[in-house]
Amino acid sequence: MKIFRVILEVLSGDSNADRVVPPSGFTARLTTFSAAAMAFLIVFVLALSLAMGRLAAQWTLELANTSTIRISAPESQMVPQSEAVLEVLRTTPGIASARVISDAEQRKLLEPWFGPDLPIDNLPIPRLIEVLEEGSGPDFFGLKLRLSAEAPGAVLDDHTRWRRPLVIAATQLRILGLVSILLIMGSMAAMITLAAQSALAANGQVIDVLRLLGARDVYIARAFVRRFTLRAMFGAGAGTVLAMIGVLVMPDATEEGMFLMGLGFQGWHWILPFLIPPLVAFMAFWATRWAAFRTLARVG
Amino acid sequence: MIELKNVSFNYGGWDVLSEINLQLRRGSFHFLTGPSGSGKTTLLNLCYQGLLPTTGMVRIFEQDVCEMTRDDIAKMRCRIGVVHQNCQFLDHLNVRENIRLPLVVSGCEDEITLSNLDDLLAWVGLAERADALPAELSGGERQRAALARATIMSPDLILADEPTGNVDWEMAQRLMALLVELNKMGKAILIATHDLNLIRTVKSEVPARVLRINNTKLQMPGADL
Repeated sequence: MKIFRVILEVLSGDSNADRVVPPSGFTARLTTFSAAAMAFLIVFVLALSLAMGRLAAQWTLELANTSTIRISAPESQMVPQSEAVLEVLRTTPGIASARVISDAEQRKLLEPWFGPDLPIDNLPIPRLIEVLEEGSGPDFFGLKLRLSAEAPGAVLDDHTRWRRPLVIAATQLRILGLVSILLIMGSMAAMITLAAQSALAANGQVIDVLRLLGARDVYIARAFVRRFTLRAMFGAGAGTVLAMIGVLVMPDATEEGMFLMGLGFQGWHWILPFLIPPLVAFMAFWATRWAAFRTLARVG
Repeated sequence: MIELKNVSFNYGGWDVLSEINLQLRRGSFHFLTGPSGSGKTTLLNLCYQGLLPTTGMVRIFEQDVCEMTRDDIAKMRCRIGVVHQNCQFLDHLNVRENIRLPLVVSGCEDEITLSNLDDLLAWVGLAERADALPAELSGGERQRAALARATIMSPDLILADEPTGNVDWEMAQRLMALLVELNKMGKAILIATHDLNLIRTVKSEVPARVLRINNTKLQMPGADL
């Protein structure tokens, strides 16, 4: 509770204490600008990592409930083996439905790679069976054994090898995003600390006079802390607003441009950017306080 | 109030003060004299923990200065008004704001009314210059402003280093009259000065004692003019 009281005191301010520290133009503008730039970057990193995580999660979900059975067999064996596979699937628990993918659908799937005029009838393209799972899915090991017995040309692909790298990529992207945000915050704290130290050093005479008159360190520090906290908060607020406008004007997600589009916030994620200015203010408060007391102890 | 026991002070091996013994009691009035560079300013600095003794003990308001915390020092300085030779001010604040600064930093602003402040400004002859910035003041005006700032809190002790060095005789007498009034209210005063006329004037009103620093030593109190 004490910390909240201190923060409230800082925000509510003391006009007299504020007046004892002379206005410092350039340092002030630099701190505000740095906070704005860093907040801008944080919003974009946040948006990017959330969007990538969302995309990977979506892929994972889509692939997680489906499997594919590929039948590579001579032309004469294709239909009997397909029917055998469907029969096996019908009697396997955990399978919701299964269907043979038509030639037209296969042509459409291959179109991006081979063009629209692919003579699919003349090519030895394997037959694909799409399997939709239910519940916790089938026993894949048992299913593979049964398929190899009933349809030797059938190969079951439960998408694990596709899914795993996506899950790993999503996790790594989230961690990378978090680390980036922490690094940006750390850099901002370092900049604010340096700016506060420089402001304190530049105001050596002010500190001497205040000490001569009986000012306690906490009084001197408070004047600087309040100034830097508010500057950082206003800067971060401006940076956040600008970045959110940038995110808002980004194109919406579409199926064709999923990798590049859809960079933005959805649902409750919109709250996250609004936490940046108070978070930056909190960090600036402690960074300046630490710098102020350290400097005051040294020059004392 | 202030007690120095066998206090020595040296800068890089060079003795400035040695074996100083001094007691400043409530209501006492002392002048500190001596040639330039004899250590008068150093002695004043020792009296408010502006400097720490090399050896010996300094006690201010019953507390050993070497054992004081930073907050103790701040509290102690609220009870001491200091006028330096090179009067330092906050250059961005005007004279009025600078003079009321001790009240601001100690949170006692309500204890003095605006008219008290105006009276004080008038007493030191700065009523017309209240809104001027320190950079716009002459040397004498700065000294008067510094004295006003040192006395506004009605401190228990006033330490002044050549407070009348840059003012004319009439103003010097006015400033001394202010200090004499404060002394009569029980405040202890220690003034470093070369001005023998001023000392004589004050001694005609209050039982002031003169201390002299010579060859790093303090000549015994009582060696009056």
